[in-house]
Amino acid sequence: MSSMEIMNALTAGSYDVERLRADFPILQREVNGRPLVYFDNAASAQKPRSVIEAVQQCYAHEYSNIHRGVHFLSGQLTARYEAVRERVARFLNAPSAKEIVFTRGTTESINLVAHSFVRPRLKAGDEILITGMEQHSNIVPWQLLCDETGATLRVVPVQDSGEIDLEDVRRLLNERTRFVSVVHVSNALGTINPVRQIIAEAHARGVPVLLDGAQAVPHLRVDVQELGADFYAFSGHKLYGPSGIGVLYGKMEYLQQMRPYQGGGDMIRSVSFERTEYAEPPQRFEAGTPNIAGVIGLGAAIDYVESVGLERIAAHEHDLLLYATAGMMEVPGLRIIGTARDKAGVISFVMEQAHPHDIGTILDQDGIAIRAGQHCAQPLMQRFGVPATARVSFALYNTRDEVDVLLQSLHKVVRLFG
Amino acid sequence: MSDLRELYQETILDHNKHPRNFRRLEGATHQAHGHNPLCGDRVDVYLKVSDGRIVDISFEGDGCAISTASASIMTEMLQGRSLEQAQQLFDRFHDLLIGKAEAGEELGKLEVLAGVRAFPTRVKCATLPWHTFKAALHNETAATTE
Ligand SMILES: Cc1ncc(COP(=O)(O)O)c(C=O)c1O
Repeated sequence: MSSMEIMNALTAGSYDVERLRADFPILQREVNGRPLVYFDNAASAQKPRSVIEAVQQCYAHEYSNIHRGVHFLSGQLTARYEAVRERVARFLNAPSAKEIVFTRGTTESINLVAHSFVRPRLKAGDEILITGMEQHSNIVPWQLLCDETGATLRVVPVQDSGEIDLEDVRRLLNERTRFVSVVHVSNALGTINPVRQIIAEAHARGVPVLLDGAQAVPHLRVDVQELGADFYAFSGHKLYGPSGIGVLYGKMEYLQQMRPYQGGGDMIRSVSFERTEYAEPPQRFEAGTPNIAGVIGLGAAIDYVESVGLERIAAHEHDLLLYATAGMMEVPGLRIIGTARDKAGVISFVMEQAHPHDIGTILDQDGIAIRAGQHCAQPLMQRFGVPATARVSFALYNTRDEVDVLLQSLHKVVRLFG
Repeated sequence: MSDLRELYQETILDHNKHPRNFRRLEGATHQAHGHNPLCGDRVDVYLKVSDGRIVDISFEGDGCAISTASASIMTEMLQGRSLEQAQQLFDRFHDLLIGKAEAGEELGKLEVLAGVRAFPTRVKCATLPWHTFKAALHNETAATTE
């Protein structure tokens, strides 16, 4: 986002962060005697009252199973459940709600595509292309497929800045490439990848592409049609919604070709012991009783994010990113890992004096929650030659004052370990 | 800041900065690799055992201050001990960390790690070198804190 765009977004109505903070009950609490400063949003975001109440309301007043009852409650909740599917479709600008499959999260969405779409098309010698900054959930499912089929996993290298070079993508795409799966926004580096260009390159060779949008949907406007994505995966819990619920968007022409992921109730049209006819997408991929209250909570989360405005959230977080980056560069011995030009509100760093784990403990004493570790991205840590990093990640409710608390605490690390 | 001072005592900071016996041991009779997959801490422990006694012990690795200091102090404490004494020491140390026992004389320098008790998420950092030591003794090649 350019500074011009930020200015425009911020002045298009004032961003009242204190009013938004009041929507999140947990932000009232203290940790270790200090007001909670929650900077572990890339791991999971906190929940606004509207999400908590939607889930509570569902269980307290509306609950029953869906898709199977003739009675009032089942009919009503089925309608609400399906309305969230429509809501998700609008949120991603998917052409149809039938292209929205509910899953447990990004991990399950990727595994579903690996199993039901890619596996049947893969043979020995074929290739799958990912990048060097994938989270384990976008590495391991493909390795499992490669082990089973004799296909090869190819990896687009990560530059020192934490970016990938489109030249490398062009070089690695070839007639053996069957599938491309790329993280939209890196959880460990914050890099926003040039996914539209990557998709264009892949499509030029007839190769379908999945985007791992776990870190993208909470922070930037995603339009699957404009991007040209064939599949798009994300998790509810990083979008201020409940855990255990996620989404897979897939183009209908592909979903229709796919075999089921799991067998069970709700995913069939007719069953006999001789032969089972599968339901149409998306039901084909939703075997068994789903996470009903999770879907209701996800709907409330999307409503919440849209009411604040993704453009405004992005601008606010970008301001925090610039402010924190400037402050952190003043901390002696601190090095930021991931300096992409196009970056979301994630700052991974290491310090000469202290290991990330020690940094995490010291910050925790000041009520600051950050992630310290490998971010489920061990190959990436190896790439940067660090055993682990500390990571600060921002959400719509964080403030510059909180960044100041962080900076003070980082200087404390220097004093203690210096 | 008092809990922090208790955790990061001078002795610990010193062992972290200047780890003792930090080298590969030529002619080791036992060795093992320890790994904490959660945070990426890694430690290699090397032993030379003769007649049921630890005649030399060293380590290498990359970890937080707690695991580095714990490994460094461990190698100091175990030099020249019998395997039986080593096991007793580990049991005492473990009890100390999980709050089952108070510090006592026989723990010696290991006592400086008592502050870890106030930080349950860090206990594994302190015990990783010891688990790795035990794995080496039992001729297992790897230990994890999972
Ligand atoms: C980039 C990225 N992809 C995938 C995942 C996996 O998401 P989940 O654990 O919700 O399935 C995460 C979250 O940890 C992530 O950050």
